Amino acid sequence: MTARDVVAIAFFALIAIFLIFAALMTHPFGELDDDYTPDMDDYIIQNARNETGADNTVTSVVFDYRGFDTLGEATVLFTAVAGVILIFRRLKK
Amino acid sequence: MMGMSRIVKTMTGIAFPLAMIYGLYIIAHGHLTPGGGFQGGAVVASACAMILVAYGSVWTIGKVKEKQLSILESLGAIGFIGLAFFGLLFGAKIFFDNFLVNQNTLPMFNEIGKGVMNINTAGLLPFMNFAVGLKVIAGLFAIVLVMAYATRKGGITE
Amino acid sequence: MIYNIPYIAVVALILIGLAAVIFKRNLIKIVIGITLIESGVNLFLITLAYRQGSIAPIYHGKKIADGSIPMSLPVPHALTLTSIVIGVAVLALMLSLVVHIYRHYGTLDARKIGREEE
Repeated sequence: MTARDVVAIAFFALIAIFLIFAALMTHPFGELDDDYTPDMDDYIIQNARNETGADNTVTSVVFDYRGFDTLGEATVLFTAVAGVILIFRRLKK
Repeated sequence: MMGMSRIVKTMTGIAFPLAMIYGLYIIAHGHLTPGGGFQGGAVVASACAMILVAYGSVWTIGKVKEKQLSILESLGAIGFIGLAFFGLLFGAKIFFDNFLVNQNTLPMFNEIGKGVMNINTAGLLPFMNFAVGLKVIAGLFAIVLVMAYATRKGGITE
Repeated sequence: MIYNIPYIAVVALILIGLAAVIFKRNLIKIVIGITLIESGVNLFLITLAYRQGSIAPIYHGKKIADGSIPMSLPVPHALTLTSIVIGVAVLALMLSLVVHIYRHYGTLDARKIGREEE
């Protein structure tokens, strides 16, 4: 048992205790907090069909109300493909 | 990697068009049923990876070079950004605007109402679904193809 | 406490992934541990989107979805989709780096690579 193993076990035990207490003390599954009313989501559910014309609310959120996040995600996918092709490239002599 | 036996190659040739039609259906009906660009692109990329496993990576890279896949992916990305820039020219002058809904010059893209479930309902959303789906198909297939070709057995000769 | 089972599943996934990252020596097992942490975070995001007795946020589905039955919140669904795609991109880059390391060092032990040559 070197000192490195003791530090690793202590760090893991600290995070485990914190996470287990956090899981047991949250509000029950399915109920919202007492002073939280989902205003933004209620507005989207009521008005997405008239403003966008799409029946699927999740697609209208991904491409119309929050289209800028989808642009960032497309950039991340493009960067990952560029990185993978760059690592496996062989230089021609 | 080496290919598999003749029975596997024949059955893969039968099953590949069915899987591709299923994935393209999920991409095209993204604004009516659950799904969309990313989910359908993952399904079609899985079908293409099935071709890669059955026929071997040397045969596959003889048919589809990685430069063509890179061009397809760039076309998908340029299409997505171009559709976003059209919002600066027409409609309200902001970025990412859905300018084909609630307007009167082109009534073909304008059907809104209860129970209407046609493909031309949601304005600009089906075109964005196609652009993102093309990008995801080309990107995921390029990743799998390059990794399988670079780690093949039998020595890598320059 | 029986109503918190999804949150307990999230904590179990994150702890198993963290134990694999800290205590294992093979590089592939560390990569699998990172993917487990990613799955736990996605499950947590989608757990926050539920209301009592609600259905999927799609109009004209199987049940008569016209607004009489409450619908789930649609914004966490969109954030989870983005997170899954980013997880795939990170996994692809990690695995290609592991292949490159193996070709250079000849071993996959995490305690034998990276030392300076004496």
